[in-house]
Amino acid sequence: MNAAVIDIEEHFETVRPRLLAFARLQLEDEALAEDKVQDTLLAAYESIERFNGQSKFETWLFAILKNKLIDEIRRRSREFTTDFDADQVAEVDEMFDERAHWVSGQQPQKWVQPESSYLHEQFWQVFDLCVFHLPKGTARVFTLRELLGIETDEICDSLGLSQQNVWTMLHRARLKIRGCLERGWYGREEIEL
Amino acid sequence: MMSCKRATEQMSQRFDAPLSLIEKMSLGAHLMMCDKCARCQQQLEQLHRVCQKRSQTKG
Repeated sequence: MNAAVIDIEEHFETVRPRLLAFARLQLEDEALAEDKVQDTLLAAYESIERFNGQSKFETWLFAILKNKLIDEIRRRSREFTTDFDADQVAEVDEMFDERAHWVSGQQPQKWVQPESSYLHEQFWQVFDLCVFHLPKGTARVFTLRELLGIETDEICDSLGLSQQNVWTMLHRARLKIRGCLERGWYGREEIEL
Repeated sequence: MMSCKRATEQMSQRFDAPLSLIEKMSLGAHLMMCDKCARCQQQLEQLHRVCQKRSQTKG
């Protein structure tokens, strides 16, 4: 083994628990999460020459893993039959008019049975789609904050973003996911139990 | 009065950092007057609970 290979293995073991936690959050399946993390390591070996600079190694691994998770979730979403299309969720700028008031078609609607949504497997598929449909950076910040419970200060430090920046990304993420869940789940007329 | 967009920014920020007294008061006043934002506020709280549920049930 050459020095670069030993190096990448060592770094990978440091990051591995965080990658695995992230993969588990997004996939229902423990073994599948392990597989995706393993695939990430293989992909990292194969394209190590494309990686430069030690400080961003974790970010680079996360980017590889995230692409693998997106592929997996896309594969699942094709199996998940629905007329719901996350592409049609409005951008935050489209939600408000020039006076920064709600545009009529974008006003929050009444949600159907919000408390029982957790019980439905399909609800979580819609939720994952909504999160993965955010722009990459926004999805990452949202996941770190809301799903992994990392404080905003720490997110700022590790990603090199200002606090205002992080707040803006979280605001956009929350409003888009709100709209997306409404469109994909909560806005439905009735849900069969 | 605070705009709806600004109100949603503060609703969001409240999950990440405490608002100042003035921010709390102006947001509170807006939410009393604006049923759309009041509904949005409830739904963002629901989203927050959904995320907590998601973290607990996985891994």
